[in-house]
Amino acid sequence: MTRFFRSRLIWPMGALFALVLLNTISRPSFLSITVKNGQLYGSIIDILRDSAPLMLVALGMTLVIATRGIDLSVGAVMAISGAVALQIISKSTSPNRIGTVLIAIGIGVFITLLFGLWNGFLVAVVGIQPIIATLVLMLGGRGIALLITGGFITTITSSPYAQMAQGHLLGLPLAFFFSVGAIAIIGLLVRRTALGVLTESVGINPSASRLAGVRSRGIIWSIYGISGLLAGLAGILYSSNIMAADSNNAGFLIELDAILAVVLGGTSLRGGKFTLSGTVIGVFIIQTLTSTITFLGVPPAVTPVFKAIVVILVCLSQSSRVRQWLGRIRHLRGAKPPIRLSGLETEVLAERKSV
Amino acid sequence: MRNTNTVDVTPTGTIKSGMRRKMKARLSWIPVLAALAILILMLIGGQVHFGSFVTPGMLSSLLVDNAYLVVLAAGMTFVILTGGIDLSVGSVMAFTGMLAAKLLSVGVPVAVVIPLMLVAGALFGTMIGVLVHFFDVQPFIASLAGMFLARGLCFVVSLEAIQVKDPFVLGLESARLGSGDWYITPTGIIALIVIAIAAWVLAYTRFGRTVYAIGGNEQSARLMGLAVARSKILVYVVSGVCAGIAGLIFTSYTAAGYSLNGIGTELDTIAAVVIGGTLLTGGSGYMVGSLIGVFVYGVIKTAITYLGADASWERISIGILLLAFVVVQRFIVARANRN
Amino acid sequence: MSDNAVVVEMRSISIEFPGVKALDDVDFTLRSGEIHSLLGENGAGKSTLIKALTGVYSIDSGTIQVSGKERTFAGTADAQSAGIATVYQEINLCTNLTVGENVMLGHEVRGRFGINWRATHAKATTYLRQLGVDVDPRSQLSGHSLAIQQLIAISRAMVVDCRVLVLDEPTSSLDRSEVEQLFAVMRRLRSRDVAILFVSHFLDQVYEISDQMTVLRNGKLVGEYHVGELSRSELISKMLGHELDELESIARTASRTIDRTGNPILKITALGRKGSIEPTDLDIYDGEIVGFAGLLGSGRTELVRIIYGADRSDHGAVEVRGKSVRLSSPRHSSNHRIAFSSEDRRAEGIIGDLTVAENIVLGIQAKRGWLRRVNKAQSDEVVAQYIESLDIRPVSPHILMSNLSGGNQQKVLLARWLATAPQLLILDEPTRGIDVGAKAEIQREIAKLATAGLGVIFISSELDEVLRLSQRVVVLRDRRKIAEFDNHESFDIGDIVALIAKEGAA
Repeated sequence: MTRFFRSRLIWPMGALFALVLLNTISRPSFLSITVKNGQLYGSIIDILRDSAPLMLVALGMTLVIATRGIDLSVGAVMAISGAVALQIISKSTSPNRIGTVLIAIGIGVFITLLFGLWNGFLVAVVGIQPIIATLVLMLGGRGIALLITGGFITTITSSPYAQMAQGHLLGLPLAFFFSVGAIAIIGLLVRRTALGVLTESVGINPSASRLAGVRSRGIIWSIYGISGLLAGLAGILYSSNIMAADSNNAGFLIELDAILAVVLGGTSLRGGKFTLSGTVIGVFIIQTLTSTITFLGVPPAVTPVFKAIVVILVCLSQSSRVRQWLGRIRHLRGAKPPIRLSGLETEVLAERKSV
Repeated sequence: MRNTNTVDVTPTGTIKSGMRRKMKARLSWIPVLAALAILILMLIGGQVHFGSFVTPGMLSSLLVDNAYLVVLAAGMTFVILTGGIDLSVGSVMAFTGMLAAKLLSVGVPVAVVIPLMLVAGALFGTMIGVLVHFFDVQPFIASLAGMFLARGLCFVVSLEAIQVKDPFVLGLESARLGSGDWYITPTGIIALIVIAIAAWVLAYTRFGRTVYAIGGNEQSARLMGLAVARSKILVYVVSGVCAGIAGLIFTSYTAAGYSLNGIGTELDTIAAVVIGGTLLTGGSGYMVGSLIGVFVYGVIKTAITYLGADASWERISIGILLLAFVVVQRFIVARANRN
Repeated sequence: MSDNAVVVEMRSISIEFPGVKALDDVDFTLRSGEIHSLLGENGAGKSTLIKALTGVYSIDSGTIQVSGKERTFAGTADAQSAGIATVYQEINLCTNLTVGENVMLGHEVRGRFGINWRATHAKATTYLRQLGVDVDPRSQLSGHSLAIQQLIAISRAMVVDCRVLVLDEPTSSLDRSEVEQLFAVMRRLRSRDVAILFVSHFLDQVYEISDQMTVLRNGKLVGEYHVGELSRSELISKMLGHELDELESIARTASRTIDRTGNPILKITALGRKGSIEPTDLDIYDGEIVGFAGLLGSGRTELVRIIYGADRSDHGAVEVRGKSVRLSSPRHSSNHRIAFSSEDRRAEGIIGDLTVAENIVLGIQAKRGWLRRVNKAQSDEVVAQYIESLDIRPVSPHILMSNLSGGNQQKVLLARWLATAPQLLILDEPTRGIDVGAKAEIQREIAKLATAGLGVIFISSELDEVLRLSQRVVVLRDRRKIAEFDNHESFDIGDIVALIAKEGAA
């Protein structure tokens, strides 16, 4: 399995490398790390910290996409977990106790897990298309979050809560450890158990997997649950950063960034085989891109233009790569552009095998 | 394949297909009729609940206030019929509006600005279409790129809103034609014309039939010698042009170009088209269904306003309705397949 | 035959892929007004030759002449414009459109205001009538059987005025009467001087309908023969390159006695589902191969799918080893050590982007659940064992499943099921679309396993296979079991066919 992707990881890694290079050339201070009060500071450190919410969401998104699905609700879900957690803390008499904070986080994440399972139910049991099923929660979720906070942007003062996004551990931002922890846990989950290969199987051919005895329904259901849980955690981080539950802005458009990160990393939207390492690289690409743009003094609102360019470039590179790969397996000498081959001919080829 | 039908070779040697169930040629009308039913039910329900709900004024405003969405839905229907999706329409609408506002404010004549808006929309559509067809990029991602690009370019044109003072553009929205409480504006008329032309194209032109064929089975369409490449790109161009027209309508509606316009509008559009009976998988759906879908959306918005409820309920109810529709559609499709 | 004008002349065609010469200096001639069959097993080059003719592949060397003019096809559209039309196995039409529209798509009759649908549908009717097909052009395509859809696809070929019609495995999913009807249409076309290239695995049909046969083997031309020239066994030996020992060598296992005194592995009572299969009874004992014979649509697949839990039953009871069970999903059946190999291996069997090893281990992994992963050592051992015993080629376990030939894919699927150590194995058309050599290997393996105690339900459209392997034969028709008997040396295919016919008349 890793062999399959070894060559494909080169592209996203190259893109990340190019970005880092670009940054270093235009501002040599990009790579510098300073130490103050035993804590590390610097642009790279900022990237490690700020990318945490996206990292969590993108990991979940990778698994969802592998099952041929998509989760558009992650942004709205982030708003919900922040709203729940902050409401609990703001109504509590001891907002500074770690216990209160942990309970608030626990309940917030638990609720988003339930919402994730709700999505999973719609997709796996009722059989609704993932884009519609999660669109529903995307449309309604922020409204629900607003209802929880009574229409206000709840703010709190709680130093333990603030620590998550703003604190440090071993000199590095605590938020970064959230990322690392999630990567490690999810990584172990999919590769040490059979969850990874069964998910790929379900994504590549759901009916064959079902007949082979794979619990497709259960797997799809759980994966949406995991996505909800990770999004909930991301929402906690986000609200910890601003110490407020901003239901309209929390995770705004993060689903698109997450999908972008997954695709940049090399996992196909068509589902099936996936790569977590690719997604990790994809997240860093997006975060570095944001950092680059901020540094260049371009208004952040214009960031989408650069994202668009990156998307297009990566898609182009992935596309010609597929064509080359095809060329190695089937020598179709047609001097005409392989354009005609990619659709019809590959399918015809695949089916003709049995003749 | 299961052979569920008998085949007779009649004495004269002709082969008949004895279909056990007379399969109506247009099974795909059922979701559309369902949408119409829902619309009527909602209107009746509103009338019963609020007393004076279904008034000429309300019905007229249903079209006029949502004219931009009608046009967007028309373009989106083309794309979804081929099995694709276009996430860029909201942003392209905003961009063309922004472009127009900027150009008008520096004195470019209206007669130049409007065609330019359409060309801008067409260019975005072409880009997306080429990515989808020639580079095998999934429509979701390709149109996402379009959305990012258009949105970003909005801000490049201007970070703040630009007022529009051009009398022609404003007149499109403000001019009222009608009798009694019924009224319609030029923007409403534009929307209806767009839907009519789009419906005609789908039913009576080769391009339209190719669109359905691609949605039904793209490989077959290719093997049948249809101009699949051209059509796949063209549907995105159509969607882009519609976004340009919608930009015109929206700009005259708000009398300004504003970079935060149309955020989330693509989702509203998709919801309207799906509620209107077009299947996301492609190959099935009608333009009139999308029109009905927009009206459903409009009625919900109106009802929420009447209820005095918080605007966030609008989105929640659209979400719930969309869910209900899709579940019912799924049920109908499953029944049809079992037969 | 040789007086007819030559329509297609392919000379010295060679096509090479990395590592394999798919076609090596092959000649092929097609004349107008003839039905010409192309024969050869997997790897013979049959499909490659057709793809060269229909413009999917470009040739490395050699020439193609159509009606005397040399042509180079840059794509399928080019071949179509040269008058070569193809109807593939999966019938490339759009089921969401009407019959008439499918026939005329791209050639609709246009008026001043766009497409004139009445005229278009009328024209479609004309084309359909030319083939003797009478179908309402305004009806939706998906409402018609596959056989009719095929004829509609052929009508479409007539619309574009084709001179050469390539029919690729057209009869795989048709029943006898539909095949008759297709042949009638083919004969009509032949009388109109259309050249027909007929590709099929069913040798009976090849003999029935063709005028000429071309045999390929290992990428080379073996020869072109008039259909009366070769007997069946001569033909098969030309395809295989050696005598037909393979199939003959599988001893008729009919005479093996089955111990039916104990508990059967599986006992179904009045199991059925409305609209799919009537309530049916059946027992299967250890070491027994029960063959299901019947035409398409008789309910064989429906019955086994319900047994396996792939589809729901709405009536009846199931007992496994005397204990009553509910097999409501593939998982349950798997837990009771029942395995099922679907007839549609592409849609319901192979996981294309996973490797051979991952595909084989999938069955075991699914049983163990997601938590307990099969470790590398175990996986390697199991995989190597089956690659060897089933002679799966290529031998590397890390090749993607989608790169294997049909026969080898079927073997991998068989390995997947055997690895789960089932007590009952249900095989639905395991030898469909597979070359003769692989067919023999699979049948031999099934016979061996049954002798060792495995219970097998075996469905095949090839009645000789059913007779060769089964201890008991169950005959189905029109969703009902109409007969069940112990297999005996003296039975032959004719007997079974007669059974089906007799019941039908009664």
